[in-house]
Amino acid sequence: MVPETLVTTAYLAAGMLFILSLGGLSAQQTARRGNLYGVVGMLLAMSVTFVAPEMASPGRIVGPLLAGAAIGAWLAARVAMTAMPELVAMLHSFVGLAAVLVGISSYLAPAHAATGAERTIHLIEIFAGVGIGAITLTGSIVAWAKLRGTVSGKPLLLPGRHALNALVVAACVGLAIPFMAAPDATGVVPLLIMTGLAAVLGVHLVMAIGGADMPVVVSLLNSYSGWAAAAAGFMLSNDLLIVTGALVGSSGAILSKIMCDAMNRSIWNVVFGGFGAAPPAPSGAGAAAQGEVTPVDTAGVAELCRDADSIVIVPGYGMAVAQAQHPVRELTDLLRAAGKEVRYAIHPVAGRLPGHMNVLLAEAGVPYDIVLEMDEINDDLSDTDLVLVLGANDIVNPGAEDDTTSPIYGMPVLRVWTAKTVVVSKRGMASGYAGVENPLFFKENTRMYFGDAKKSVVDLVTALR
Amino acid sequence: MRVLIPTERAAGERRVAATPETVARLQKLGFEVAIEAGAGSEAGFDDAAFAAAGAELVGPDAWATADVVAKVCPPTSSEVAAMRPGATLISLIRPGENGGLVSELAARGVATLALDCVPRISRAQKMDVLSSMANIAGYRAVIEAATVYGRFFGGQITAAGKTPPARVLVIGAGVAGLAAIAAARGLGAEVRAFDVRAAAREQVKSLGAKFLEVSIDESGDGQGGYAKEMSPAFIEAEMALFRAQCAEVDIVITTALIPGRPAPKLILDDMLAVMRRGSVVVDLAAAAGGNCTQTVPGEVVERGGVTIVGYTDLTSRLPTHASQYFGTNVYHLLDELGGAAAFKIDMENDAIRGAVVTLDGEVTWPPPPMPAPTPAPAAAAPVARAASHGGHGGHGGAGARSGGRGVGVAVATGAAAIALLGLVTPPAFIAHFTVFLLAIFVGWQVVWAVTPALHTPLMSVTNAISGIILLGGMLQAGSASATSLAAGLGAVAVLFATINVAGGFLVTQRMLQMFRK
Repeated sequence: MVPETLVTTAYLAAGMLFILSLGGLSAQQTARRGNLYGVVGMLLAMSVTFVAPEMASPGRIVGPLLAGAAIGAWLAARVAMTAMPELVAMLHSFVGLAAVLVGISSYLAPAHAATGAERTIHLIEIFAGVGIGAITLTGSIVAWAKLRGTVSGKPLLLPGRHALNALVVAACVGLAIPFMAAPDATGVVPLLIMTGLAAVLGVHLVMAIGGADMPVVVSLLNSYSGWAAAAAGFMLSNDLLIVTGALVGSSGAILSKIMCDAMNRSIWNVVFGGFGAAPPAPSGAGAAAQGEVTPVDTAGVAELCRDADSIVIVPGYGMAVAQAQHPVRELTDLLRAAGKEVRYAIHPVAGRLPGHMNVLLAEAGVPYDIVLEMDEINDDLSDTDLVLVLGANDIVNPGAEDDTTSPIYGMPVLRVWTAKTVVVSKRGMASGYAGVENPLFFKENTRMYFGDAKKSVVDLVTALR
Repeated sequence: MRVLIPTERAAGERRVAATPETVARLQKLGFEVAIEAGAGSEAGFDDAAFAAAGAELVGPDAWATADVVAKVCPPTSSEVAAMRPGATLISLIRPGENGGLVSELAARGVATLALDCVPRISRAQKMDVLSSMANIAGYRAVIEAATVYGRFFGGQITAAGKTPPARVLVIGAGVAGLAAIAAARGLGAEVRAFDVRAAAREQVKSLGAKFLEVSIDESGDGQGGYAKEMSPAFIEAEMALFRAQCAEVDIVITTALIPGRPAPKLILDDMLAVMRRGSVVVDLAAAAGGNCTQTVPGEVVERGGVTIVGYTDLTSRLPTHASQYFGTNVYHLLDELGGAAAFKIDMENDAIRGAVVTLDGEVTWPPPPMPAPTPAPAAAAPVARAASHGGHGGHGGAGARSGGRGVGVAVATGAAAIALLGLVTPPAFIAHFTVFLLAIFVGWQVVWAVTPALHTPLMSVTNAISGIILLGGMLQAGSASATSLAAGLGAVAVLFATINVAGGFLVTQRMLQMFRK
């Protein structure tokens, strides 16, 4: 048993370690240290809680702690880097679940003997915390299923869905009245009903969002999981939970904003827009994209690679799906050994998570100093001999710049068509997630290299050897 | 709706505001087009061609019947009086100089769109007569110079002797200057050009001319693609450059204009004195007082063997194509206004608002400043690149700034909320709430600094630390007073939160280990 002040001090230290942890991620060099700070902070917080004055029977939690740690370690060890988005979404749901459980448990514990304003605030905190937790829980599960492909990526658009959402929210708020009025633990009934409604809301909200917008959803849910933790901190009067929750909440909010900016859309448009539901763009976009495509075979691409001095590779979700990052690394090594300048151009929304492409390329061992962000490389593309587009579509669509009728008009894109030659590796002529025709494929300097991304790159490597 | 194209009556004006081709296109927009008989004769279009294109030929008294009058020169008082109140006038106006005309138009109840006030933004370029006319003036300036210059532009070596190429200096590389460079190059001259705007260098070079520079580093980029006025030190250096150049070149073409001010004097008497006999100065700024001290607007004069061309009607000296461009600009403006069916002067439309000088009896000029001054319509690559570069600076750059504003708002809102809450809530809650807001603030600052390549690790690490909620579970489960149900729920919460913590940190570790240089 340690004095209360020591616990508080330890919590303060843990909070600072978490801030340092996020700060460490500002550069590659300090990132690993940052993660370590986080681990130390967490261990510190956990161990001090074990010996905190209000901890009567630490024995009860040893079992769940060990089991949880084992399961977590197992999940982390076996997940494929391409499945990272699913894992993150699933973990978010756990935070949501924990928030719901902690909230209900806190309500059931007879500790809230306080009266008047204090009691009201405590009850509001519980109610809000459980609600946010429930939305996070089910929303994350749906996001996980959509990312896995278990549930279709197509947005589910019920008629009057906005009214439906508003109704559910109103009902949740309304349930707060009987909940607050309940003199004793009977308030658990409205609380549970509200939890159910919030869970339905979470499902419905995420179901209505298209698969292509999942990166934004995942980062939004990341934010929610933070707010849920902060709410739990309020109800337990625990500043560490509040601080950490707020850190995570603002982090997720920033990531969502970055992704939305990269797509030139507002967060409201992403969450409530039902994007991708519109039938493939009418007249304008369709008509603009007519023309002849120029296919090319492996020998042709190999020839283009040999002739080029500067090569830029633009990976997209297709590379992740085909697990082509390792052959791509081999291709990079070969070309670099031949004295060519090889760089990667990463669009902010490529893949299904912010930074997804960077992680995959890092997994394959591509040096990170040749992996550049869109804004760093866009102006150089016009001086590039060859651009290889691997399983990317919307992020290299010239229509976003010049076709006002295009649904993605205004979204910043990689201007690959300004390069001397563009080779697009693609399974077929299907349109991207946004359901938009891509005039790039019909440009004179574009060659279409049809086939599975991985097989194509492997063939190319063989041809170049 | 009926559009009237009247005959231009201003002295020396040979253009007309429509051609048979634009008449046909205007009808496709749903307009009826009436044209005054003989309006196009000076520009090379006869009445029969207009009639064949579907225009109705009318007399000079048709002004009152028109809903829209489109013309080139600003109207006279009697022409304004002939207009129907509520009608729309599209014309050059120069509201800065013609204040009296503008108030007459407002008093008459005429809506006026000044073609010379169309904002210089990319979207409005199709209606920008200043650009389309400057292009013509620049070309014509070279032709005028060639006419009075007693020598070849291009060099030749023949059996009858050798002639060197003419050396041409173009001052001001805007639309007119660039057109002059292209035309002079086309005739075979050796061309050099000077401009204070950084954007001009690449454009000048792209046309094969030499770009002259002064040693002082000062950007002359002003609003709307014009140059601004420069510092005295810069002007002195510039003058020294011109003085040296005047001794070398045969032709000087000046195009320097600063909006709303008299043209700067760039070719002074002493520079004219060092120019070779037979040299030519063409002053495109003659209408605004001239860039050359000896310019006589509208005339050709000779001073010490140097011919100074001060024509103010260069575009009228190329009337057919000038009318074609002008008419097309007018067509685009009428199209932007919604055509005949949806005709509306939309003051919310940036491309229109700047041009509206009178509406509903009010003078609406000058317009409020545009939200963001854009670079020149033909925005040069270096400028665009600098802008995008400056705007980038990592997501942190732009983001942190907007983030900073967002935080400011959040803090202000938070402070207000705390003040309100302070009245009704216990102090403990306020303390927590303060901590909460401060943490959001810190998180916001720290996260903007995260490099985009590490966004996935960021997400998994924040995910791991949001597992801090396990503390809540621990306290619930381990509390002495907890009922078995509450304790059980707490224990389950601990289980899931721990999965999160362990999984999140380990997977982050795995990811970060893969990043290598």
